[in-house]
Amino acid sequence: MSNTNESQSESQKKNWRVIKIGLIVCVASFLFGFRVMPPIYRIACEHIFGIKFENKVADGAKVAGFAPDMERTVEVQFVGNVNSALSWKFAPEVFSVKVHPGVLTEAWFDASNLAPEAIVGNAVPSIAPNRASLYFNKTECFCFTEQMLKAGESRRMPVRFVVDPKLPADIKQLTLSYTFYNNELATKRLAAQEASTQPKS
Amino acid sequence: MANTAAHADDHAHDDHDHKPEGFLDRWLFTTNHKDIGTLYLIFAFTMAVIGAAMSVVIRTELMSPGLQHVQPYFFNQMTTLHALVMIFGAVMPAFVGLANWMIPLQIGAPDMALPRMNNWSFWIMPFAFLMLLGTLFMPGGGPAGGWTMYPPLALQGGASVAFMVFAVHMMGISSIMGAINIIATILNMRAPGVDLLKMPLFTWTWLITAFLLIAVMPVLAGAVTMLLTDKFFGTSFFNAAGGGDPVMFQHIFWFFGHPEVYIMILPAFGIVSEIIPTFSRKPLFGYQAMVYAVASIAFLSFIVWAHHMFTVGMPLGGELFFMYSTMLIAIPTGVKVFNWVSTMWKGSMTFETPMLWAIGFVILFTIGGFSGLMLAIVPADFQYHDTYFVVAHFHYVLVTGAIFSIIAAIYYWWPKWTGRMVNETWGKFHFWWTMVFVNLTFFPQHFLGLAGMPRRIPDYNVAFADWNFISSIGAFGMFLTPFMMIAIFAVSKKSGVKATQRPWEGAHGLEWEVPSPAPHHTFTTPPVIKPGMLAHGDVSH
Repeated sequence: MSNTNESQSESQKKNWRVIKIGLIVCVASFLFGFRVMPPIYRIACEHIFGIKFENKVADGAKVAGFAPDMERTVEVQFVGNVNSALSWKFAPEVFSVKVHPGVLTEAWFDASNLAPEAIVGNAVPSIAPNRASLYFNKTECFCFTEQMLKAGESRRMPVRFVVDPKLPADIKQLTLSYTFYNNELATKRLAAQEASTQPKS
Repeated sequence: MANTAAHADDHAHDDHDHKPEGFLDRWLFTTNHKDIGTLYLIFAFTMAVIGAAMSVVIRTELMSPGLQHVQPYFFNQMTTLHALVMIFGAVMPAFVGLANWMIPLQIGAPDMALPRMNNWSFWIMPFAFLMLLGTLFMPGGGPAGGWTMYPPLALQGGASVAFMVFAVHMMGISSIMGAINIIATILNMRAPGVDLLKMPLFTWTWLITAFLLIAVMPVLAGAVTMLLTDKFFGTSFFNAAGGGDPVMFQHIFWFFGHPEVYIMILPAFGIVSEIIPTFSRKPLFGYQAMVYAVASIAFLSFIVWAHHMFTVGMPLGGELFFMYSTMLIAIPTGVKVFNWVSTMWKGSMTFETPMLWAIGFVILFTIGGFSGLMLAIVPADFQYHDTYFVVAHFHYVLVTGAIFSIIAAIYYWWPKWTGRMVNETWGKFHFWWTMVFVNLTFFPQHFLGLAGMPRRIPDYNVAFADWNFISSIGAFGMFLTPFMMIAIFAVSKKSGVKATQRPWEGAHGLEWEVPSPAPHHTFTTPPVIKPGMLAHGDVSH
């Protein structure tokens, strides 16, 4: 009888081992999906496939170091889209410009709020072909910050950019496209602020 | 009470097998692997009927072009819930039920290693599905953004998003506990003499499936948790306006999703690898190759996920990698199909009902495998993506693959479970009826997809009308089969011919060393393995 008890506690120990290892695997793979995959996704995109994710002001020293390549001309096309949840109008003023790599260029976009209330929008940029995105440097962009448009308000918004002269030679044309999204959290916050500062008359 | 194989026959008519008395004690508080297996199978069958009813709604609407019977939004709820119910409610629990019933019997164990956890992992399931299906009766209706839950569409639902996410969490917890239990059982509870490489293939495939489950179910839990926080707590994992990336959801989801499709097919491979040798009266051809093929399919399943999303906008290098790694899976799968055919080759084959289902599986699953290869080709996939060709493909691998194998398993082990034989004539009628109507349902969907009919739509171009009509007829015919099944098995349970301990002449393995019906407790002392008792006792092949 003591023999069976011993073997029982032995098998219980073995079962606990499997449970522990199984739970460790579960927690690890939960964290893998929740906490590891998002950064890995960014790293893979940026370092393996050369798709730039970050959306901030380009390094000034790097841009100043570009030697303008007046021999070469690259066409930059502009596209403006609005997400269906945002009742804005948004479009580039010109559809394309020809630029020399290394030369600072400016382009303008127009946005107007068609809704009867103030809305905060965020523009998300995208470069096609995506391997060109590493060579596209924005020194100023309306997409770096939230844009608030009052009801019916219109705004001209600039983007200043430099194309890196190291842009692969076979890329002769690239497209800068923006999609404007409704920043619902910021819009709600704004509405709450207005409601508190301007009580209904 | 020692129920060793040596005098198991004495207990064939022994009523004192210590079943708990009273309905609640027997079923709600049960820790018996056979009872829990039965509960899982009944639950899976119920869910399959509910899921099939949803598919009838879908096919009724699609029978002719135009909107006739349901609103598009309700139609979308039906497609979403049909998938969730069939995947998580029918196919997976059915395999877990079979695992509960058969794995302890196949390895000579008295029960599962963790019987109380086993009870819990079953009883979570009904509540998960109560929550999921309850959304249909809530204001705003059920989830309608597709079972893949892609944001931002999936987040546009109302309260149903939260219910869906919590239901998925609960199903995940249930599957993970079931998987840990199965691993512990197989690693720790094998009778002396049942070495790993002498285990039956059903047990082997489940061991590998259980590893897949604990590796990927938490990833799904993580993905849906991010959906939940995006929707209700202001995070921006997948919200483009806040700097997130909706494409990342698809990567995380399919990192779970592709191993998930193997979770639903590997146990099917195991079942078919049990049935074909039995009715060919030959040992399985290439037993070890089969084990290694399953293991390599499981490994490859982790590096192919993005083939579900070729059209999302991926760099060329990524598309090539996922195309080639996907095609690589055809090699171990080809080994398996080859070995099943070789097992039948020059065997003394008979075609009892379980064998018919198994052969039907081999043929029709292979069709699904081939259309999968077509979908793996990136340039071709741009044409096929999100069309009915994809629908036809995954129904060939899931209905005529996974579900055929489940039905085959039920016909095969039913005499062991109940001690009664099934009427062969009606079993064969069930098979041929299903064979006709399942192909009538899904084969025309290949044509529809190649012609460009998109999936998940309630209305379509009149050019697609004829094949849709035929497909709907097939679906109505298919909807009769679960009721046919109830009748066939109810009659067998009540008045079927009494089954012997080894009802199939060519069957080998420990489950055939206990009486039919299997007593409530089996192998309370480990069986003594004698030569010839194990199906794969001779590992020279």
